[in-house]
Amino acid sequence: MNATFTLDGRPVAFSEGQTILQAAVAAGAYIPHLCFHPDFKPHGSCKVCTVKVGGRHAASCTTRATAGAVVESDTPELNAERRALVQMLFVEGNHFCPSCEKSGDCKLQATAYDLGMSTPHFDHFYPDRPVDASHPDMLLDFNRCILCSLCVRASRDVDGKNVFALAGRGIRTRLIANSRTGRLVDTSFSHQDKAAHVCPVGVILHKRRGFETPFGSRVFDRKPISARADSTAEIAAVEADGS
Amino acid sequence: MDGTAPRKLKVATTSLAGCFGCHMSILDIDERLFALLEKVEFDRSPITDIKEVGQCDLGIIEGGVCNAENVEVLREFRRRCKVLIALGACAVNGGLPAQRNTLSLPLILQEVYRSEPGARYGLIPNDPELPLPLNKVHPLHEVVRIDHFIPGCPPPADAIWKVLTGLLEGKEPALGHGLIHFD
Repeated sequence: MNATFTLDGRPVAFSEGQTILQAAVAAGAYIPHLCFHPDFKPHGSCKVCTVKVGGRHAASCTTRATAGAVVESDTPELNAERRALVQMLFVEGNHFCPSCEKSGDCKLQATAYDLGMSTPHFDHFYPDRPVDASHPDMLLDFNRCILCSLCVRASRDVDGKNVFALAGRGIRTRLIANSRTGRLVDTSFSHQDKAAHVCPVGVILHKRRGFETPFGSRVFDRKPISARADSTAEIAAVEADGS
Repeated sequence: MDGTAPRKLKVATTSLAGCFGCHMSILDIDERLFALLEKVEFDRSPITDIKEVGQCDLGIIEGGVCNAENVEVLREFRRRCKVLIALGACAVNGGLPAQRNTLSLPLILQEVYRSEPGARYGLIPNDPELPLPLNKVHPLHEVVRIDHFIPGCPPPADAIWKVLTGLLEGKEPALGHGLIHFD
């Protein structure tokens, strides 16, 4: 851990093979991100963690840290670009926060707050995405999916089940439950799976546990996401609590 | 009368496809309303019951756009107000009324007016006085230009206060943690 790069002028130590975001998260520094989770191989799809390395745009979750690199992250320009990405995620799905059990504990919402997103800005798609309530313990609300693939990675790499997959391409990409019927109940999915505890938004939900935490006490009510050293671990702790 | 006193800013408010919860949040700024009334006077608003909007400095609109009358009122506000604020979830992203957007409008009307076993002779209302519903519910910014947005269902009174006082002081309002929320 001797080599360092600078993140917004502050030195960040890294070990060989770490990406910029991996090193930043390990050092307790915040770079906005949605599809990244320290326990999984980076996917590089949401681009919210985009930084400038030596003046060039790069997804910090997949860009290897190099000694002496000059990384810019918290700049008005990059935050404006991130805000536009998050706004696009909001209009592509149906993110109706007042009826979402994940509200207050949602990384998409918290990231939007932190980036000062007061409007989705773009025209809404209002896509038609039926929910899957077939499973006795878990509910899938695809309306909120941002295609981060964390559940796909968790189910494949940790649970060894391949319960989830991203099907289709481009704008038609969608999350599916990997069973002959397409229904979650016909997979081997369990509420104890790692994949049941990694969704950063309100897609993969535990039944009979909605709105457990009162307003004001939820993860991101108390502190903004940028002020939390490891928001991923905190959400996981909330999810694990009582399951 | 002090001739140099700045004139009061004119403010109009209305609710389109909303529930008036955001207007309750405006009232929830409580005794600060008196301080506000030192600087503004209300034009068209449920508070004054004035029906037509005059030339205003500021328009505050709650609710999304779900029918032809909403479109007309919104465009009238845009014409008459220098600055427009979208207030609350429905105005910002369609909110609860927009949850019908994945269903077809004829299906909804059938379901609501024709399928109830009690209303055997139910008809879909077609009085010419009634504004026609739009195929989809839209947030305000999809219909006219909006200058400022205050999200929340409803937005906290403190968020409304912060934006209003910011605008009165000529500052770009920013809500920050605790005041910006979507639920």
